[in-house]
Amino acid sequence: MAPRLLELADELRREGMAVGTSELLDAFEALRAVSWADQGEFQEALAATLAKSQEDRRVLELVFDRFFYRVAEREAGARGLKEGATLRGEGNGQIDLEELRGRIRDTLRGESEGDLRDLARLAIAASGRLGEGSGVIGVDVQRIRRTLGLKGDAMAGERADPHSVPRERLREFEGHVRRELERALIERTGSLPPARPLRELDRALPTGPAQDLAAVHRVVAQLRRRLATQGHEHRGRHRSSVVDVRRTMRQSLGTGGVPLELRFRPTRPRRPELFVLCDVSTSVTSASVFFLSVLHALHDSFRKLRSFVFVERISEVTEVFERERSFGDVSRAIAGDAGVADVSGYTDYGRVWLEFLEQVMDDLDPRSTVIVLGDARTNGREPHAKVFSHVAARAGRTFWMNPEPRLYWNYGDSVMAAYEPYCTGVFECWTTQQLEAFVNALTDLRPG
Amino acid sequence: MSADFGSIEETQKALESAGYLAGDSTALVCFLAQELGKPVLVEGPAGVGKTELAKALSRAGGRPLIRLQCYEGLDEAKALYEWNYRKQLLRIQVEASDAGWQEVKDDIFGEEFLLSRPLLTAISEEQPVVLLIDEIDKADQEFEAMLLEVLSEFQVSIPELGVVKARSHPLVLLTSNNSRELTEALKRRCLYLWLDYPDAGRELEIVRLHAPDLQEHVARKLVEVVHMVRDLDLKKPPSIAESIDWARALLLLGAEDVDGELLKRTMSIIVKHRTDLDLVAERVGVKLTDGLIGSRPAG
Repeated sequence: MAPRLLELADELRREGMAVGTSELLDAFEALRAVSWADQGEFQEALAATLAKSQEDRRVLELVFDRFFYRVAEREAGARGLKEGATLRGEGNGQIDLEELRGRIRDTLRGESEGDLRDLARLAIAASGRLGEGSGVIGVDVQRIRRTLGLKGDAMAGERADPHSVPRERLREFEGHVRRELERALIERTGSLPPARPLRELDRALPTGPAQDLAAVHRVVAQLRRRLATQGHEHRGRHRSSVVDVRRTMRQSLGTGGVPLELRFRPTRPRRPELFVLCDVSTSVTSASVFFLSVLHALHDSFRKLRSFVFVERISEVTEVFERERSFGDVSRAIAGDAGVADVSGYTDYGRVWLEFLEQVMDDLDPRSTVIVLGDARTNGREPHAKVFSHVAARAGRTFWMNPEPRLYWNYGDSVMAAYEPYCTGVFECWTTQQLEAFVNALTDLRPG
Repeated sequence: MSADFGSIEETQKALESAGYLAGDSTALVCFLAQELGKPVLVEGPAGVGKTELAKALSRAGGRPLIRLQCYEGLDEAKALYEWNYRKQLLRIQVEASDAGWQEVKDDIFGEEFLLSRPLLTAISEEQPVVLLIDEIDKADQEFEAMLLEVLSEFQVSIPELGVVKARSHPLVLLTSNNSRELTEALKRRCLYLWLDYPDAGRELEIVRLHAPDLQEHVARKLVEVVHMVRDLDLKKPPSIAESIDWARALLLLGAEDVDGELLKRTMSIIVKHRTDLDLVAERVGVKLTDGLIGSRPAG
């Protein structure tokens, strides 16, 4: 078994999981404590010792299935075991297609329990008589599904069509059919298909737009903690804090007047003042929903926050966010009456900086942080990098989040390079992961 | 008296008798933790019973529970040990003035002057305990590094005294809400357990275990509503503890059925944000009034 597990660990490492020797030793220890007869227990024991986050768990699940399926097939191939005979045996004309159809449908609807795997084999055997497979597994799966007349529900929960079955269950069934077909193919050819790495789509955790919004809120909550505690790393060592004489003297009464323990004045938490500028022009349409949700989440977390949206000109929308609480209302209000005077609909960064500086000149100080969300595409107009440098110089810190991959920066009308030198940090940012990376980077950057 | 669990099934049964319905993986990891003597890192959304698991383990195994709540700025003096220097000072004053330095030093750095904090208490306890390190993600990264010695060797080094080794093997649970990524070093030393919201069937069991007098169909409908609320995009989805609270509240109110009106009156038990309240009333309340919920069996 040991070499198999090492192979599995190798495969996990190839999928990007950090599996160290100590984890493997743990896994062996754990496997000694559980019974191997139960696949669930076996897999859980591995998961508890090898996978150290939810994402890792998901990867392990996928790799585990694929790996042991292949191992089992290889063993079977090496020993010359074949199941083909039984498959043919079942299919000698006794399966009534209509009856099978009914049975599968009932099982998928969960009205009667049956082994999906067995049904999948029956289905293959039954359709096998109608003509040989095409050799392409994906095509065969769909052909079998059509033969059986299985249709997924149009909407979850609604069952208008009497022939339709729940989508999830149907997918499960298709998975079984696919696996059985693969098994048959391996038996016929006597070789294993090459191992494929997991597709990105499969390994991502299932999420919906609602969860995305929640994820943004979570990351921003993290951001707030980071900003609030920044500069407090040395609190434990009382670096650069002021002795509170009164409290020290009072304390010393307990030790006979000897000021044994110094008391310090509590350091006031840093109150970050945020200025967020958000591009809402058409060139960043896809990103601006994401950016607006970031802005929305920021407003939930910070009290001293002023937000601006801009296209050609700039408009302060702090009030809109304070007035409207739900995200839907906010985006409607901004689209409707924020008054982002977009005469042409093209972004004009230069003009935006001029107006921004004019509006907030007196409020910018070294304690404030400016965050720009935009793609730095000026549509060929004057970027006014000098003005931007004034903004950056007055503010304590300036961050730029660009919704385009770094590769596209400075191509075409993007003038990222003109602004980059003045920023404390620039980040590409179009997923919550990158937003998290931004938050992480913030901790490493000291103010000033 | 403390007793070890003999098998996974036994662990599950013991936890159930302590009022905690553990899933298969939870029972398995608890059993492994005891067998391998490794700490368990429990992660999951707020309110799925991470802390409760530690309490149940302590009840089920008859081990006392020692809890260390983490927060920002937690340090060794609060978590491990501290010298009681007031007492030391008094001792020095009482000591005759001609006593030698060595004598005094040996005298004042004894166990008598050591204030032991949760971690030291847990490993110096005669009988095995359950040590709960709650919300480890709230503590600073330096604190994690300090935990490494305690968690892998079960010992604490005190410069003046030497190394204090564990007399018994504590069962250690660390919980995290994922508000910050934990260090690899810590993760490597732990078994990992992910707790998620239970499916409708299990949650129904949990609710019925804690509110046994509630009528079956009310409980069923309640769980269905809670699940529907969790699917919405809320700031804070209702936890298991909140659905139990709600069940108890319905019991007190003598509710016969969960309808739109009742939901509106008691919603504040499961939903704790104003915007969330509006959303739930709008999405779920309407369905309840129209009788769309409860017609199908839960699960």
